[in-house]
Amino acid sequence: MESLTLMPALPEIFLAVIGMVLLMFGVFQGDASRHWMTWAVVASLVVAGVLVPQAADGRSLAFGGLFVTDAFAVFMKELALLGAALALIMATGFNERERIARFEFPILVLYATVGMMMMISANDLIALYVGLELQSLCLYVLAAFRRDTVRSSEAGLKYFVLGALSSGMLLYGASMIYGFAGTTRFDGLTEVLMGGDVGLGLVIGIVFLVAGLAFKVSAVPFHMWTPDVYEGAPTPVAAFFASAPKIAAMALFVRVMIEPLGGAAAEWRQIIVFISIASMLLGAFAAIWQTNIKRLLAYSSIGHMGYALIGLAAGTEEGVRGILVYLALYLPMVVGTFACVMGMRRQGRMVEGIEDLAGAARTNPGMALALAIFMFSMAGIPPLAGFFGKLYIFLPAIEAGLYTLAVIGVLSSVVAAYYYLRIVKLMYFDDPNEGFDRPMGRELSWILAATAVFTLFFFVSPEPLVGRAAAAASALFGG
Amino acid sequence: MIIQALAFYLFAAVAVASGVMVVSARNPVHSVLFLILAFFNAAALFVLMGAEFLAMVLVIVYVGAVAVLFLFVVMMLDINFVALRQGFQQYLPVGALVGLVLVAELVLVFGAWAVAPGAEAVGTDPIPVAGEITNAHALGLVLYTKYAYLFQVAGLILLVAMIGAIVLTHRQRDGVKKQRIAAQLDRRREDSLEVVKVRSGEGI
Repeated sequence: MESLTLMPALPEIFLAVIGMVLLMFGVFQGDASRHWMTWAVVASLVVAGVLVPQAADGRSLAFGGLFVTDAFAVFMKELALLGAALALIMATGFNERERIARFEFPILVLYATVGMMMMISANDLIALYVGLELQSLCLYVLAAFRRDTVRSSEAGLKYFVLGALSSGMLLYGASMIYGFAGTTRFDGLTEVLMGGDVGLGLVIGIVFLVAGLAFKVSAVPFHMWTPDVYEGAPTPVAAFFASAPKIAAMALFVRVMIEPLGGAAAEWRQIIVFISIASMLLGAFAAIWQTNIKRLLAYSSIGHMGYALIGLAAGTEEGVRGILVYLALYLPMVVGTFACVMGMRRQGRMVEGIEDLAGAARTNPGMALALAIFMFSMAGIPPLAGFFGKLYIFLPAIEAGLYTLAVIGVLSSVVAAYYYLRIVKLMYFDDPNEGFDRPMGRELSWILAATAVFTLFFFVSPEPLVGRAAAAASALFGG
Repeated sequence: MIIQALAFYLFAAVAVASGVMVVSARNPVHSVLFLILAFFNAAALFVLMGAEFLAMVLVIVYVGAVAVLFLFVVMMLDINFVALRQGFQQYLPVGALVGLVLVAELVLVFGAWAVAPGAEAVGTDPIPVAGEITNAHALGLVLYTKYAYLFQVAGLILLVAMIGAIVLTHRQRDGVKKQRIAAQLDRRREDSLEVVKVRSGEGI
């Protein structure tokens, strides 16, 4: 166990090295390299996706136990890689049109992904922190990538300052936990907390740690940055923010709470229940008054994280399986929705108002159909994918006796359905505006079609995904 | 022993006093200078505790880099510090209240601090006996072996920070003249020099 094996970390090492190689090519070739750079990074992400299951052999430790790979990590890493690759492909056309294309963009996305994979595989409080910081630092830069506009710079700065604050809280919490348990290793923490005797210092440490993690998944009351950052950041970056980093942060959240802090479940459950309820309610109510579609999607993502946290509050294997299924179904929905937002372009300029969608069914029937599918799915209407996500989340909550949580969840999803369906109503029943530019771009339409078909026909065979999620969840519970 | 205690009180008192001066000095440059003084005293306190490596790092990193950077920023940027300080009085009661609550909580926490019963057993990194090897040696022994992963990731983070700084600040401007050495060396006398015979009294 103390040996310095590197095999389980092979995908991360591969990505980090290839990132440096590509960076060198970019530096020497200049901005001319940006055309092939995106595809080179996407290809590396795909190779990493192939390597991920190879590297994991059951539960294996690397770097003397700081790094762990198991079925749970494999599942989450595949999702994060998929999200990053899709966001990157979507970004190509957009960046060229908006004149912000630079070869560093794909490189930063690549390093953010490396950070996410490190977060997912963290087996130590310090490893958790460095992975998180690597990912966040890339995201701060990406948020401010369109540096000539005030909005984007503001988004980057706001994200950076609040992110630094949350990192501080996380570290403070981690130091408290270290002070109580005398180790930062997750295995050691599990061992120590088995005793069940939990001190006040540990509880405060957990509260701070949860605050830091909740910021990263943008759960209420640490959500303030989300709408501003989504609105200000370039749209493909916002799509990236809404997909891969959320998944990685959620994976980290689940691993920390279940594995090392599982012994203190009674202490943290009430915190998670509160965060979950507050996120669901705020996601449902605050989104109603939004007029900008990116802000609306930001509130929607806050709500979705609230639902996912229900599974964590349940704290059971079924609950974790619910989270995994939820995130796996959330990823294509949110990527597809952002692909639609990127298709909202009039005379070469982006429009972001919800009203701009009026009558899109007549001017852009394909896009309107896809967006309608995503909206119905997000609202949780059967038989679309989003319904199954909510189903697998609410069932374990009921089994765990969290009736209040489940009832509030169902009620808030009814409220949220209002603004999702309003978009459908706008597109199908209102008088058309001037149509959007066509064609929307080859990459965008492919992604849109693929995600819409997945969301629509997931119910045909949910078993493979649910089965894999169940296996991944059982890995976390010492299976 | 008494000399050590005296030294401790001296350094601690100067550190606290300069800390107060950092926030209360009117001139921001004086603030930064007091900050440097506070760093030096904190480094001295580390030396007293036998943590000479931390003391070294504090002086090199904080005094050598961070404080000098602060000084640069304070001198280069045209920030109106008087305007920044406005509202200080106004926010003082609320700030003091929050601070008081935090202090009370900290006292509560550390007063009832408990260490988990199994903590001794899982603590994996034995602290070397003082005097046997130096701090830097002891840190090096674990930093490049057990914690090589963290060390490498920290390197990656620094790389990303560098890329980020370049992406956000470097821009290509038109009309900037660059030295092209090859072109300079290629110039020959015939390209640039013409010998003209000028007769006297006629001009060119």
